[in-house]
Amino acid sequence: MGRPRTTAGDNELLEGLRAGNEEAFVALVGRHNHALFYVARSFVQSDAIAEEVVQDTWMAVVRGLSKFEGRSSIKTWLVRIVINRARSTGTRERRVLPLSASEAAVDPHRFDTNGHWITPPEYFVEDAEDRVVAGLLSERIRSSLDNLPESQRQVVTLRDVEGLDSKEVCQLLAISEVNQRVLLHRGRSRLRQDLETKFGRVQ
Amino acid sequence: MMFRRQRELVCQQAVELVTDYIEGSMSRADRRRFEAHLSSCPHCTAYLAQMRSTIQHTGQLRSQELPAEVREELISLYSQWRTGSS
Repeated sequence: MGRPRTTAGDNELLEGLRAGNEEAFVALVGRHNHALFYVARSFVQSDAIAEEVVQDTWMAVVRGLSKFEGRSSIKTWLVRIVINRARSTGTRERRVLPLSASEAAVDPHRFDTNGHWITPPEYFVEDAEDRVVAGLLSERIRSSLDNLPESQRQVVTLRDVEGLDSKEVCQLLAISEVNQRVLLHRGRSRLRQDLETKFGRVQ
Repeated sequence: MMFRRQRELVCQQAVELVTDYIEGSMSRADRRRFEAHLSSCPHCTAYLAQMRSTIQHTGQLRSQELPAEVREELISLYSQWRTGSS
């Protein structure tokens, strides 16, 4: 279910872990720590709490190693632990956001009455390969993610930061495929809009 | 013989279908209709590219490395586990 690229490596690491290989453990932490942080962050109110949740998760991983049966990928197992820990820490307050026009992918005023663009998307991805620009984009995405409604933020984080597939995300969050896709769509659309607002310019 | 002809998509509909398209969750007919719209609309083509780019950049978020002391703590916990389980 997970991506083959990471699953293969993870399985080798798991073998190493069980064999008592310290380097395998360090490698596993190095590989997953950042994504687990964002998953935790999508459930709790601050970076500091998210960091604690992730540290607790690694502790739980070590204690649970002998119980992990390998029926799911390591990544899914880790994410499940992090979500459980985050939830027991206390999820953040729901942000109340106006629901009217904000649920459209693009502000309706940008289209004419026939549904054609009046204000087309402004260009912002020109130098995405440039490290400085990419860094600015990531920074912006990070703060935009934080401003998404909770359920959108969780889905986008699990799908696009952690890289889980839709089935896994549906299971972890106990939502339907359709719901997952709607939340993903709204969340991604808002992130794109934020990037356009921040970096877009008319060509 | 008459074929029922589907109306062409307009931009405002197309932007709502981008995720379904990227996720591969469209029927073949809807996919063709979406792609037909893209082929005649540079703005929606740019929009799709921006969505892909947004996803790509979201996937590159990174956080700080683990603090050294936490790392040490984890390693020692792991060593304990190893000794305890062997």
